Amino acid sequence: MSTDVRVPQQLPVTQHAAPQGVKLPIYMDNHATTPMDPRVLEEMLPYFMEKFGNAASRNHSFGWAGEEGVETARERIAKLIGATTKEIIFTSGATESDNLAIKGVAEMYREKGNHIITAVTEHKAVLDTCKRLEKYGYRVTYMPVQKDGLIDLDELKRAMDNKTILVSIMAANNEIGVVQPVTEIGKLCRERGIIFHTDATQAIGKIPVDVNKQFIDVMSISAHKMYGPKGVGALYVRRKNPRVQISAIIDGGGHERGMRSGTLNVAGIVGLGKACAIASEEMSQEAVQLSGLRDRLRDRIMSRLDETYINGSMEHRLPGNLNISFAYVEGESLLMGINDIAVSSGSACTSATLEPSYVLKALGTGDDLAHSSIRFGIGRFNTAAEVDYVADRVIETVERLRELSPLYEMAKEGINLADVKWAGEGH
Amino acid sequence: MSYSDKVIDHYNNPRNVGSMDKSSADVGTGLVGAPECGDVMKLQIKVNRETNVIEEARFKTFGCGSAIASSSLATEWVKGKTVDEALTIKNMDIVKELSLPPVKIHCSVLAEDAIRAAIGDWKKKQESAKPVASAVAQ
Repeated sequence: MSTDVRVPQQLPVTQHAAPQGVKLPIYMDNHATTPMDPRVLEEMLPYFMEKFGNAASRNHSFGWAGEEGVETARERIAKLIGATTKEIIFTSGATESDNLAIKGVAEMYREKGNHIITAVTEHKAVLDTCKRLEKYGYRVTYMPVQKDGLIDLDELKRAMDNKTILVSIMAANNEIGVVQPVTEIGKLCRERGIIFHTDATQAIGKIPVDVNKQFIDVMSISAHKMYGPKGVGALYVRRKNPRVQISAIIDGGGHERGMRSGTLNVAGIVGLGKACAIASEEMSQEAVQLSGLRDRLRDRIMSRLDETYINGSMEHRLPGNLNISFAYVEGESLLMGINDIAVSSGSACTSATLEPSYVLKALGTGDDLAHSSIRFGIGRFNTAAEVDYVADRVIETVERLRELSPLYEMAKEGINLADVKWAGEGH
Repeated sequence: MSYSDKVIDHYNNPRNVGSMDKSSADVGTGLVGAPECGDVMKLQIKVNRETNVIEEARFKTFGCGSAIASSSLATEWVKGKTVDEALTIKNMDIVKELSLPPVKIHCSVLAEDAIRAAIGDWKKKQESAKPVASAVAQ
């Protein structure tokens, strides 16, 4: 969630005592970024000083050492997603990967067609890239989503025509954690010879992704969402059945088989590789643990607070994600009350645009409930004790803010808020 | 978003939270904002009929910390003022007192609106009450 980080900074000093085993502040915003796994850092460290060589230096040992680190990383990434090493292109992160995928395919296949399909709940890195292409004569269909956040496959089928060159649908959403039917989308694309790109930033390392079984042609990957370093990512580009070609958007020395010039970020790439290796080993077990903690958080909160609503499907969802709207309480004020906990809100007040979350609005969530939403991102280093503390602080703060809320008072008096003529409507 | 110490103080210890009987002749109620905009303020004043002095003020706010602080401050400021004096409170005074950043100025505007709406409601009540009062006197 690179553009949608919604955590107030310079939080005031906490007044709450931490229960035993809990260190404050608690980080529970793992869709924004994750802390690095110490094992990743350890693997990266030699590549800053001893093995500082340019991986493109072919004629001395410094270069070879760098290249070896990069190639090991490539193997580890390929293994995690069922790809081959030649299909991995290193980038600066998922935003660049999304740009390269969409612009690169659009340019390369312009002769074939000019139609692109994506969804309204995509990350801005995809949406804004598509918007730019519209200026250059491409036609873009922005598919709506259903109430649960999933796209309708029949609608997708209907949106495809003989000019469609690319479908870009994310694997898992950064706000609501909803996991799209990637395999089914891939199949529909493959049958029609349409290239399928998926932004898998939030999915990789959290849920199984296999580019062959799921008919994925191009896929964006980021390191810092999976306990790796910031500033490094990758793009998977299919080499056969079918072979996908993309035009470069950064020209230069012809690195990464001409698709992405620029000296490789060797240490970062090594970190991404290690993060993938850890995920390959631990993902299935970790998913069980995270969904357990997530359900614990949900149950504890929802058993004690009425009028709380989960945004997005619970069934098709990332293990560590919970997105809840607390009716009658504004999200930013809630964040302020739980200032020893780092989470995010879909409230307008916490965004740069002063608009509530477009993802929640796309689900049909009213603006009032979008303002009241909190995204919890549980990660590898969160504990059950932390989850309990977070739940208790949220409950206590929501109760306090509801006592302060004229909307809660009106609702308790039996007034239907939808029938009220608000003085500020149209603001 | 960084909050000033005063905003944090009002958020943690909001002044004059609550509700008064909105049907009372001495009470003026202002309800401004809209849930879909993320801000709703209810501000109530209780006015002494003889002196026109605001003796009590109460608020409830749905909104961000700055909105809560703006309305909490507004209740502090109107208390003890006459109705006419209270009408001179400007949103920029609130901005200054709470050191609100530019993106939060609308919170102060809403607080000023709430004061005006509450006074407007009270004035309307006084006007409609007058003929009744004279009828009783006859």
